[in-house]
Amino acid sequence: MKKTGAQILCESLIKEGVEVIFGYPGGTVLPLYDTLPQYPQLRHILVRHEQCAAHAADSYARATGKAGVCLATSGPGATNLVTGIANACLDSSPIVAITGQVATPFIGKDAFQEIDITGITLPITKHNHLVLDVGELARVVKEAFYIAQAGKPGPVLIDIPRDVFQQEAEFVYPEKVDLPGYKPTLFGHPAQIKRAAEMTNGAVRPIIIAGRGVIISQAFAELRELAEKAQIPVITTLLGIGCFPETHVLSFGMLGMHGMAYANKAVDNADVIIAIGMRFDDRATGIVSAFAPRASVIHIDIDPAEIGKNVRVDVPIVGDVKNILEALNKQIVPRDHIDWFNQLDQWRQEHPAIEIRDSEGLLPQYVIRQIYEVTQGNAIIVTGVGQNQMWAAQFFFYDKPNGLISSGGLGTMGFELPGAVGAKVGRPDETVWCIAGDGGFQMTIQELATIVQENIDVKIAIINNGYLGMVRQWQELFYKRRYVHTQLSGPDFVKIAEAYGLPALRVKDKREVTSAIEKAMEHQGPFLIDFVVEPEENVFPIVPPGATLVQAIEMPKPEIVTPSS
Amino acid sequence: MATAEHILVALVEDKPGVLNRVSSLLRRRNFNIDSIAVGHTEQPNLSRMTFVVHGDDAKIEQVRKQLDKVIEVVKIVDITNNNPVARELALLKVKTTASTRSEIIQIVDIFRANIVDVSADSVIVEVTGDEEKVDSLLELLRGFGIKEMARTGRIALPRGSVAPLLVEEIRMPEQPSKPLSSEAESPPDW
Ligand SMILES: Cc1ncc(C[n+]2csc(CCOP(=O)(O)OP(=O)(O)O)c2C)c(N)n1
Repeated sequence: MKKTGAQILCESLIKEGVEVIFGYPGGTVLPLYDTLPQYPQLRHILVRHEQCAAHAADSYARATGKAGVCLATSGPGATNLVTGIANACLDSSPIVAITGQVATPFIGKDAFQEIDITGITLPITKHNHLVLDVGELARVVKEAFYIAQAGKPGPVLIDIPRDVFQQEAEFVYPEKVDLPGYKPTLFGHPAQIKRAAEMTNGAVRPIIIAGRGVIISQAFAELRELAEKAQIPVITTLLGIGCFPETHVLSFGMLGMHGMAYANKAVDNADVIIAIGMRFDDRATGIVSAFAPRASVIHIDIDPAEIGKNVRVDVPIVGDVKNILEALNKQIVPRDHIDWFNQLDQWRQEHPAIEIRDSEGLLPQYVIRQIYEVTQGNAIIVTGVGQNQMWAAQFFFYDKPNGLISSGGLGTMGFELPGAVGAKVGRPDETVWCIAGDGGFQMTIQELATIVQENIDVKIAIINNGYLGMVRQWQELFYKRRYVHTQLSGPDFVKIAEAYGLPALRVKDKREVTSAIEKAMEHQGPFLIDFVVEPEENVFPIVPPGATLVQAIEMPKPEIVTPSS
Repeated sequence: MATAEHILVALVEDKPGVLNRVSSLLRRRNFNIDSIAVGHTEQPNLSRMTFVVHGDDAKIEQVRKQLDKVIEVVKIVDITNNNPVARELALLKVKTTASTRSEIIQIVDIFRANIVDVSADSVIVEVTGDEEKVDSLLELLRGFGIKEMARTGRIALPRGSVAPLLVEEIRMPEQPSKPLSSEAESPPDW
């Protein structure tokens, strides 16, 4: 029996195990929307801006490990997806974005709401495809899900003209993909693995730097085995947070611009670095010519183009992290590195990274720490970008993979709220906290309506400092305190929440923090807390732009009192 | 590191937009390409792209690896060290007068080029060869006045016994060792 393009698309999505679509309708996708009710297995969540459909799909993918799906109409709907697609691209998140296109006879005529979205998204997708024939639709969908998830994941866009949704074809879902040009390498080269093992076994001051690749590959047990067997401290990138339990004795925090000083010192002094599923981003390395000057580097990554791109590599191993670590671990000789750990512990004492200074005022760090205490770490934290993001990375301890979901590569303000939506929809049994900046929150604030309409139980903590905080911090430190256009006269977030129909509280006093968080947790359903914090609190340490990792500015000493935990 | 000229050859699937994908990638990664030539191959559904690129080894390596990430690029190799035969084609419309015509014909003969069109005040010269040969002929004819010129990018084949670039030769995909994440379970709790 023949089916319409719209039916073929829906059935293909079902074949791929899709349960949720984040979308927004419009003219060219109307035939699809009209068909959706035939497939109640496909839950559609109506966002309030297409950017948020892409962010939600992205975050859903990170929270579940399954590809996320977003849907928009042609023209402005498609262009609104762009930021979200770029975000997924830079953080290697598997999403399949479906856009409507004007009917095929109109393509190339500057028709109403025609935009060349495959052209626009060429540099920000792993692949994209304009479907010109309903007969190829099923194959294109199959390939899209394969490409999005295989190898190094990333976004794939499928652009479907309105008439293709309406045309009919036999529905045969292909069993396999045939992509002669796309065959990711999954197993590492044995000779390189052997060299890596020898280098690791001979190391005196080894460290592991683990990134999001470990999470994508689900290589948690293998990473842990390597670290424990060879007694190597594990440092993570921002996006690698959670790939190794942060409460583990071998956990050595995060490196980079706002990384812990002792972690950056360890990187600087290491003689062997095992870099796993990370890509030496400039925010992680500081000035790259001075990165890890004493170290030989073993780099494990599924993307051959990442190897040698930013940092010289002594032992390159291309393949899937899990497979490679499995093979590597067999050749690792159990060891300890007592002198190295003594040294590391000394640095940890000299540079006690993460502590909350004593203050009568309400400190943002304290808010994050209390969310950790109240949830006992059992929560998915979805952050905005800026200071709130860094405090969320520093003051919560992540023991679970995907405990932290954050926009790393693109640094997209506004990711927090739609990101929280995607995470909660994907992992309904988890507590999801959205940590928002008062700036970023206003970029996607309209998703409060989605949350209320769909009753998505996310807890929202606005870290309200009345500034574009991170930019203000840069102005304070590097532009002589000239706060040019970074002050925000914010709206009343509590009233806004109420207008959207969700309960909210404002907290200004540190003594009220815990009870407010508890109240949010007890409430069944979404809840917002506006934490009005110290306006000029800074994120420390900070590696200034153009500096090396060990030239970080640390928190001014006199203010330091005792660590809170 | 010293920069040198490299010739990269890619086999790509014959699909719409491939050239666009490739050139967009080269532009956004800030790779400078001296020339690109595209044409069919002996294998159906495959085109061959020849790139001439300048750069140090690290840069060339990046160009190759980044191009390899384009889904339609089936295979890409650097054939610079395979002693390749590299050729380009140029068409030159040269001004002539009764007094210069024979001299032009002589020069063309020496270069084993051809005159493919003759009119009252010009000829079209067709020349193939390596870049140096085309450049030298151009230099010599410039004095007579070049009215118009068209020049292709370089194409190249490795000499003799170097194995040809065939798709059959490409390793078939290893089956994923783990299910793709859509089939995988949710991450474990510690
Ligand atoms: C979409 C977007 N625009 C601009 C920036 C630049 N930027 C980075 S951090 C920041 C300030 C963020 O302010 P806020 O959301 O209030 O968070 P805070 O730093 O105060 O926690 C800005 C403007 C960005 N990252 N993303």
